[in-house]
Amino acid sequence: MLSRVASNLYWMSRYVERAENSARVLDVTWRMSLLVKDPALQGQDWLAPLNITGTLFPFSGRHEEVCAREVLHFMALDPENPSSIYACARQARENARAVRGSITSEMWEVLNATWLEMQQMDEERVQARGVSMFFDWVKERSHLFRGVTFGTMHRDDAYDFARMGTHMERADSTARILDVKYHVLLPSVKDVGGAVDYYQWSAVLRSVSAFEAYRKVYRDVITPLKLAELLILRGDIPRSLRFCLKQVCDSLGRVQNAQSGVTVRNAGKILAGLEHGRISEIFAGGLHEYLTDFLDSMQELSEDIQGSFFSSRTVE
Amino acid sequence: MATSPLYNEMFAEDRSVRAHYAAFAEWLADTPPARIAQNRHAADLLFHRVGITFAVYGEASGTERLIPFDIVPHVIPGHEWERLARGLRQRVGALNRFLHDVYHGQEILKAGKIPAEQVLNNGQYRREMVGVEVPGGVYAHVAGVDIVKHSDGEYYVLEDNLRTPSGVSYMLENRKMMMRLFPELFAQQRIRPVDHYPDLLVKTLRAVAQPGVENPTIVLLTPGHYNSAYFEHAFLAQQMGIELVEGLDLFVLNDTVFMRTTQGPQKVDVIYRRIDDDFLDPLAFRPDTMLGVPGLLSAYQAGRVTLANAIGTGVADDKSMYPYVPEMIRFYLGEEPILKNVPTYVLREPEDLKFVLANLETLVVKEAHGSGGYGMLVGPTASREERERYRQRVLDSPERFIAQPTLALSQVPTFCGEDLQDRHVDLRPYVLTGSDINFVPGGLTRVALREGSLVVNSSQGGGVKDTWVVD
Repeated sequence: MLSRVASNLYWMSRYVERAENSARVLDVTWRMSLLVKDPALQGQDWLAPLNITGTLFPFSGRHEEVCAREVLHFMALDPENPSSIYACARQARENARAVRGSITSEMWEVLNATWLEMQQMDEERVQARGVSMFFDWVKERSHLFRGVTFGTMHRDDAYDFARMGTHMERADSTARILDVKYHVLLPSVKDVGGAVDYYQWSAVLRSVSAFEAYRKVYRDVITPLKLAELLILRGDIPRSLRFCLKQVCDSLGRVQNAQSGVTVRNAGKILAGLEHGRISEIFAGGLHEYLTDFLDSMQELSEDIQGSFFSSRTVE
Repeated sequence: MATSPLYNEMFAEDRSVRAHYAAFAEWLADTPPARIAQNRHAADLLFHRVGITFAVYGEASGTERLIPFDIVPHVIPGHEWERLARGLRQRVGALNRFLHDVYHGQEILKAGKIPAEQVLNNGQYRREMVGVEVPGGVYAHVAGVDIVKHSDGEYYVLEDNLRTPSGVSYMLENRKMMMRLFPELFAQQRIRPVDHYPDLLVKTLRAVAQPGVENPTIVLLTPGHYNSAYFEHAFLAQQMGIELVEGLDLFVLNDTVFMRTTQGPQKVDVIYRRIDDDFLDPLAFRPDTMLGVPGLLSAYQAGRVTLANAIGTGVADDKSMYPYVPEMIRFYLGEEPILKNVPTYVLREPEDLKFVLANLETLVVKEAHGSGGYGMLVGPTASREERERYRQRVLDSPERFIAQPTLALSQVPTFCGEDLQDRHVDLRPYVLTGSDINFVPGGLTRVALREGSLVVNSSQGGGVKDTWVVD
């Protein structure tokens, strides 16, 4: 398939997934902010979503106060913020528009309708409907898109590039959620085992739809160690790092070409580390250090994919 | 051309319903207005959702608009269509013969049927094409012929579009929409289907691959998603299952065209291009364009790739060449033209010029090389000042203009708000030429939505209707 088309498909899926993950992070933050806590810590909650998406710097440039209202607007509706849900919906639709011939009409219609509806959203309307309703809507549109992709798309290279985008973005996002939550939520001694601690960790699980899975797998109280194990090393949790990397490797294997050897190998190395890793070792070296390394290697992998498949130089 | 009261496609002079509209009229009378209103609204929403939009030039970039869709169809009786079809086959056949001739033996010029300088000095005549052999001798693989019905009940050809005619996706989507909204209409009568158009198109394109190419790789070359017809390019590529490419996706090596794929370069055999000649190859034509493919012309001249339509078709659909099309039909086919031409004054001719300047208020004056309804004067509806300004332009360079009597385009009832009012329409059938000539019955009907207006172009407030050929 065309290199340009492959690139558009990859980014189309990444932006949809990014919008969904932002909605998940904001939704959980919103719910947590409703919990009774020390008023001095009130603003703390709303730093997390900015840290996760790496947008604290641009946010501070335009807003003085980190509060619910400002962060919600910035991350959900601000057209000027390139990683806002609004901007992601626009980008996903623009990428889809550039490759309308390579996706099914149902896929296009989902993204086009989402974008048309998105343009009708403003702060007033979102608040009136309820903030959580808005996030549910974003998630549902993403679910719908994924379902339509799964249910209608020809299983050729185009499908693999679209799926690759989804899983690259999701791995990135799960790692960021874990990392920032780990810092922000790092339990102070007096909270360990307390109610607040419980709600905060369960919020992390809920943000990646893994609360029920945790209960089923461990039948135990939520501990950071097990939670990290679930979201990093388990191969059967669809938002875990290992699961995402397995999908990326499978897709890469199907679309590989004469230049993609190094890319396939690098992806395989990341997956191998996840498949054979031990959570105790990861914690011994520091979870934050581990996740930082992981995010760096994902960034490199994304550039590898770019070079192997999308950049025109490599195929001439 | 005789003038009589405006021809209404649906109603006879005594306001009785014409036979071919009877089934529709009955349905209209039986259907609650609320349902019609609801479905008209649904159509708008669906078109938006499906993204059937066009970009508007001259407005903020990225402006996407819907073409207004009207649910009252343009109905054509089967026997009238048969005659139209014969006329289209004849006309497009002759135009292709003409194009081959002017780039080879130039017999028609030698015979003195058309002034040689009119052809050879025409800006659309591409010297690069002289002596180039194209598969099957076909130049205009896709032709859109604009036809109107005059108040005398006769069909007239308004113009031939032989470069990159657009609009066929609206024809297909309009039909899909009507079937979705009002399926009962299609159960009540036999309306000839049109949805096999993409099949015919891909068959046409396959047939014109260079000799020896077994299973040709066909692509559709688009200027990109800011082009006004991008929706159509994507739609057709998808319907045909071919790649939609932009200039940067292609490159030429050793006179062979390749596309850049994730699996490396892949040879391209047939390019259905929706980019004008001028932008095709920056090495040969306009150097300042990023839309085309450097070296494409040389690969084409070497016979390594087929372009559809061919380069240089503009010389045949130029408005200054239009008056000679009946002569082409007689010269190449030895037949009398089945479809009439509108009488045309060529203002380079002093006598025509004199007549036109004296009768501006009754005539339509157009630029010979213009398109899209831009830059034309509709004498009867123009103000005195507009006519005077135009007169000056004509006097400055008369050779750039042609003029025609104002046609009394036929009318079809059209929803304007809640009411049905008569509006002027034209018809663009799409004629495909590969190893043979094919088309689907009907075409795209465009309607001038402004009261009294004769301008049907979408860029000028026109809308569209479904076109039915009924038996």
